[in-house]
Formats: sequence, C-alpha cells, structure tokens
Amino acid sequence: MVKKDAIIIGAGPVGLFAVHQLGIKGLESVVIDNLDKAGGQCIELYPDKPIYDIPAVPECTGEELTKNLLEQIKPFKTDFFYNERVDEVRQDKDNWIVKTNNKNEFIAANIIIAGGVGSFEPRKLQLKEAEKFEEKSIFYAVKDKEKFKDKDISIFGGGDSALDWALELSKFSKITLIHRRDEFRGAPHTLSEIKRLEKDGKISIKTPCQLDSIEGDNNIKAITIKFDNEKTEKIKTDIILSFFGLIMKLGPIAEWGLNMDKKTIAVNSENFETNKKGIFAVGDICTYPGKLKLILSGFHEVALASVECFKRARPNEKYRFEFTTSSKNIQERLGKK
Amino acid sequence: MPKITYIDNQEKSKTIEVENGLSVMEGAVQNNIPGIDADCGGSMACATCHVYVEEKWFDKLPKAEDGEVDMIDMAIEPKKNSRLSCQLIVSDELDGLIITTPSKQS
Repeated sequence: MVKKDAIIIGAGPVGLFAVHQLGIKGLESVVIDNLDKAGGQCIELYPDKPIYDIPAVPECTGEELTKNLLEQIKPFKTDFFYNERVDEVRQDKDNWIVKTNNKNEFIAANIIIAGGVGSFEPRKLQLKEAEKFEEKSIFYAVKDKEKFKDKDISIFGGGDSALDWALELSKFSKITLIHRRDEFRGAPHTLSEIKRLEKDGKISIKTPCQLDSIEGDNNIKAITIKFDNEKTEKIKTDIILSFFGLIMKLGPIAEWGLNMDKKTIAVNSENFETNKKGIFAVGDICTYPGKLKLILSGFHEVALASVECFKRARPNEKYRFEFTTSSKNIQERLGKK
Repeated sequence: MPKITYIDNQEKSKTIEVENGLSVMEGAVQNNIPGIDADCGGSMACATCHVYVEEKWFDKLPKAEDGEVDMIDMAIEPKKNSRLSCQLIVSDELDGLIITTPSKQS
C-alpha cells in the first residue's frame, strides 16, 4: 500500500491544480483517473474548443490548458494512475484507504474528489440483448486488432473513431459502416479513403439507419438494421463495434456515505470538506450555495481545501500562509532555488 | 412567460413557465424533469439533454448547427425530430413548445 498526504480522484484541470496547491505546501499526492490521460472533460469533451475565462489567459483550448497544468506541476513528480477507477474507500483511524479496480491501494489523511460529473465510460448500445454479447461479439473499443481479423464486422457511428477503425480493419476484414444519417464527420482524407474503399467494394456503407435487432446465441450471427423509411436489412455479422462516444457515470462515489445532492457532493465553502472529515470535493462534482461550475472556481476550491489537507497530514506542524513570489520553501519545492 | 411542456420518460407531462433567454434544458434542470441530465452544463458536448421536439414545432426552431447534429449522433435513440435542449433558447415564439425525453435516457 502506498502512503501519501493526499489521494486525488480525477485528473481534470482541478485535480491537476490540486497537485500544485498541495505540492507548494510540501504535500505529496497521487492522482487516479479512469481515462487513459490527463485533462478530464477538457480533453474528452472539448479539446479544440477555446476557453475564454481562465484568468490572465485570454484564450486557450482544453488541450492547451491541460498541457500547461501538467507543465506547472512537473516539479512535484507526482504519480498518475490512469485507466483506473476508485472502487472502494474505507476509513483507517485518521486516514483513508482507497482501492482501485486494478487492485492498487493507497492510504492518506486526505482524499480530494475532483471527479467532474463522474468517470467516463463508453456509451453503450440500447438494445436489451446487446449486454450478453458484450466483450464477446460487441465491443466499444479496439484493444487487440488480431481479434478482428477475417470477420464480418458491423461498425456503428459517424465520427472519427468509427471511420478510422473502418479504414484500419478493412485491411483484413469485411466492414459494414452504419450511421443514422448520410453525413459522416471526420478528417477530409479519411472521408475520401472511405469513399474509395466503398467503390472498391471493401467497405459497405448503410445510411440513414439504426440497429434494430441482433441474432445469435453465444456469439452474434447477424444483425438487422432499420432505415429511416422503415425498410429493414439483415447483415451477416460476427462482431459489432459501436462508437457513440463517452458518457459520464458517477459510479461508486455515490456509495461512500457522502452527502449527495443529485449527482453532486455537498461541501462547506470554507475548505470544501464533505460530511466526512478528510474527504474533500472540488470542481464540478461539488455543490454549495452559489456554486458555479467553472474551472476558475475549481482552482479556488483546491487552494482552500489544500490548507485543511495540510493540517490533517501534518497535525504537529503549524500551517503558515506563504506567497510563491517570496517563499524560499515554495521556490525550493518548485526547483527554482 | 412562455410555457414549455415536458413529457418525461415516465410519460408524465409537466407544463412550466420558463423565463425568456433560458434554454429548454435549464428550464428542465431547474424543475427536476427526469431524463435531462445536462452533464456538460450546456456546452453541446454530452448529449444528455437530448429531446424530441413535437413535429409542428420542429420546423419553427432555428436549425441545429453542425456541432449539435454531430452530438445528436451520440445521443440515445436519435430521431428526425431530435434536438439538444441546451441549444433551444426560450422566447415568446416558443410559447407552448412540447418536448419529450427519450425513454431510455438517464
């Protein structure tokens, strides 16, 4: 089990800045996130959309903001655990123990939940029978291409993931690309490649239509799609790949005994502690009177929460407020002196 | 104030007065209409505020921009009359608007 001063759940902008605010106070943290990289909603939902309300940054994209925050916290050499979801939180005297779905365990006096609207998970097919084929014949991501060789594959979706995988897998499998409308949204060269492969008979495109039913016992044998004009068509299919983006799920957080208000966690606005001593909630996931879901509010919240974290992690030391401009301690921690 | 009727995923209908300038999504969230989560807070990035607009109203609405249509691709059971309620801004012209939330959403 790894001992730290704080465990941060969520590597979005607010989680990243929490590393900074703890770090300049000499506190070590670890960050856990269900995605495969830092940035949270900024990276997953709007990497290219400009943000105009980060103080002193007139304009930056979600991707730039994430990159800059990672640069800002570099001196603290923090460990990040990606692709892991916190499943369990339990108390151990004055500490908290956190366990992930990958069986990693951490212990710390503080947990900072910077979980946004929850962890990102693939948006699944709505058909009832889809569930039993999951990970056998239905996949929401391609991890090992070998599994998809010499098959009849039906790909659902109209965005980059659907198009890119249609191209890639068409090299060794028979692809049907199915979308609810005629337009696809992808890089121009990808789109022209798809059109070329359609002409060559390597990819079959079906629009505007949606999945109607699935046939098969253990594995899928065929699917039926329904066009907008109500016509249906049966397509021989071994594998369905579905790319409808990601959805945010609150997940196990709801079961940790925290005071919840719908999908948010109630905190006090002095130090953003929840009803459990040593568990803090910051950013989009917390709520208090007047709460605004802004990145800049999250930055303020972690600054205040980190003070209480210090008091809990160093009960025998006195907390001294310091400025980064003048504090030798802070500058040393930042590797500037 | 314009009245908007929300038919929720339990087929209960609720008519609410929503202030001009708010989105149909905000009207729903403030009044706890089930099925409209608006996880991304109205930035056209999550499709959890997806609704069906009654046919006769659909054509009266300003057309969806590309970003909205792309996002509707990701929504649960999109139809021809699908919109994201965060992009529908309430005005006097929308007085009487009726929207339905998809049954499996949220």
